[in-house]
Amino acid sequence: MTVMDRADLLSLYRQMLLIRRFEEKSAEMYALAKIAGFLHLYIGEEAIAVGAIAALRPDDYVISAYRDHGHCLARGSDPGRVMAELFGKATGLCQGKGGSMHLVDLPKRFMGGYAIVGGHIPLAAGLAFASKYQKQDLVTVCFFGEGAVPSGQAHEAFNLAALWKLPVIFICENNRYGMGTPVQRAVALYENVAEAARSYGIAAERVDGMDVLAVRDLMRKVVDQVRAGQGPYFIEAMTYRFMGHSMADPSHGHYRSKEEVEEYRKRDPLVVLKETMLSQAQCSESDFKELEREVGEVVMAAVKFADESPFPDPASLHADVMVED
Amino acid sequence: MLLSYREALNQAMREEMRRDSRIFLIGEEVGYYQGAFKVTKGFVEEFGPQRVVDTPITEAGFTGLAIGAAMAGLHPIVELMTMNFGIVALDQIVNNAAKIRYMSGGQLSVPLVIRGPGSAAHQLGAQHSQSLEAWFCHVPGLKVIAPATPHDAKGLLKSAIRDHNPVIFIEAQLLYGTKGEVGDGEYTIPLGQADVKREGTDVTIVAYSKMLLVALEAAEQLSHEGLDVEVIDPRTLKPLDLQTIVTSVRKTGRLVIVEEGWRFCGLGAQIAESIYSAAFDYLDAPIARVTGEDVPIPYSRPLEDAAIPDVPRVVAAVKSMCGAA
Repeated sequence: MTVMDRADLLSLYRQMLLIRRFEEKSAEMYALAKIAGFLHLYIGEEAIAVGAIAALRPDDYVISAYRDHGHCLARGSDPGRVMAELFGKATGLCQGKGGSMHLVDLPKRFMGGYAIVGGHIPLAAGLAFASKYQKQDLVTVCFFGEGAVPSGQAHEAFNLAALWKLPVIFICENNRYGMGTPVQRAVALYENVAEAARSYGIAAERVDGMDVLAVRDLMRKVVDQVRAGQGPYFIEAMTYRFMGHSMADPSHGHYRSKEEVEEYRKRDPLVVLKETMLSQAQCSESDFKELEREVGEVVMAAVKFADESPFPDPASLHADVMVED
Repeated sequence: MLLSYREALNQAMREEMRRDSRIFLIGEEVGYYQGAFKVTKGFVEEFGPQRVVDTPITEAGFTGLAIGAAMAGLHPIVELMTMNFGIVALDQIVNNAAKIRYMSGGQLSVPLVIRGPGSAAHQLGAQHSQSLEAWFCHVPGLKVIAPATPHDAKGLLKSAIRDHNPVIFIEAQLLYGTKGEVGDGEYTIPLGQADVKREGTDVTIVAYSKMLLVALEAAEQLSHEGLDVEVIDPRTLKPLDLQTIVTSVRKTGRLVIVEEGWRFCGLGAQIAESIYSAAFDYLDAPIARVTGEDVPIPYSRPLEDAAIPDVPRVVAAVKSMCGAA
């Protein structure tokens, strides 16, 4: 086996660990009523955001659905400002007007989280349309769950993207459940949801979404193709959400068993990468301890920043409804 | 210069597209077919298919795509073959176009015009005859325009295109062929400014889009019966120029609102509420509304006629209000 780039793997691991610990802390803060509303955690799916975004340039567009913390953090957003947004604080990315499901970080080209299933997929086609129109060699990456694949808006976007060869990469995070409905009860071609895109002539490939290196390898190839103008691409990343759909439900229940969750947890993306790092990249337990310590500090600092930040002034209620001339 | 409403719209878009390469036109049959109602005649020849984009019949998809393109800095004009089809795109219009700026705390904006004909024409049946302006006006984050004359159509469309917000621009099939004097050369009309179309002292009529023509004809008839009617066209329905209406009501003491849309929760109800709040003491009689009937628009000619306000009904409402019935 070849020795892999230690620093590179440590960086990937750190990003996934940051998302994991951030999400765990978010759940804690929800229990303490510091965070309200809907909160959808990305725990278990970290390898997809981190692996995919690692293959992008800073000026490429990223857009997501409502389970969006992981994508935003992987894009490099400040954890403090993300947490402050979850707390509804004035210092949040969106000044407290978006919340968990609607994170936006324009300087990072994170174009938002959207909470109507399938509704952001045409937006992704539009971002890609704009870069093609302006002759910019940008790609747009659009994350969504397998639950969005049967939606009409997804299909309309697939058709337009294929028809006009738009530089967009659709990444389906197939975590096997749309809320409590398993994919086999929601998608006719559930064994191969990528057929939805292939039927429009979009190239598609499945990847192990628990393996950050596999995701990044595939994405590097795909990004090159899409950037070169070969049209859209669809990636089906097989994953599993370790927690409930939102904070309103437990990790297992009537719709899936504890045993099933435990079985998938054996393929925890953090564990998968750690094993590779220990065996092939000369990493040791002390490296992981150091990462835990450093990431723990970042997350604690994020909570502290969020907690100490002011709530928005009610006078800001009407600001930004319209662009004022 | 005497132009049809259709030609005025064509000129407005042509001038703006020559001025700014970020502007593109997208919709069903806008290109090689020259527009379902020939509003975009000659466009694909002048600007090419990159900027005059024919779409499949997927309003949600291409409206969403246009919103995404606007987020990335382009200025799309979406032509809906009729505003009725906006219902298919309503998720995109309401959940994305109208909210993206607010949800992002002002980071993103959606400079976009969605235009097409609303209201009934000649026996088009229930699904193609609706006046949906009240729906759009209800949603924070949208501007809504419904011009009645070629001059207003041109000046307001140019302003709508230059606006930084999503603007719903409602035309009317029965207005496309109407002619009127249009200002020579470059001009714009600011959004949010009503226009007094006929001065009078006895009663004020507020009417917009093709109901303006009905109101003006009623005013002319009433003048032969000794009633001096002032007619105001708000032109922009949102933001509404309340002040111009208030000024008129202070003078006349009487207000009749004419709208083709359904009565219940119609735009006239909002205008009446605003006037009661702002000018109650100046009213000599309760505000009267002449509206479309609360039915799906029927096909059969006499039934369709019965569903839509006409000159005799407006005349009767004014006379009744003035005690001259």
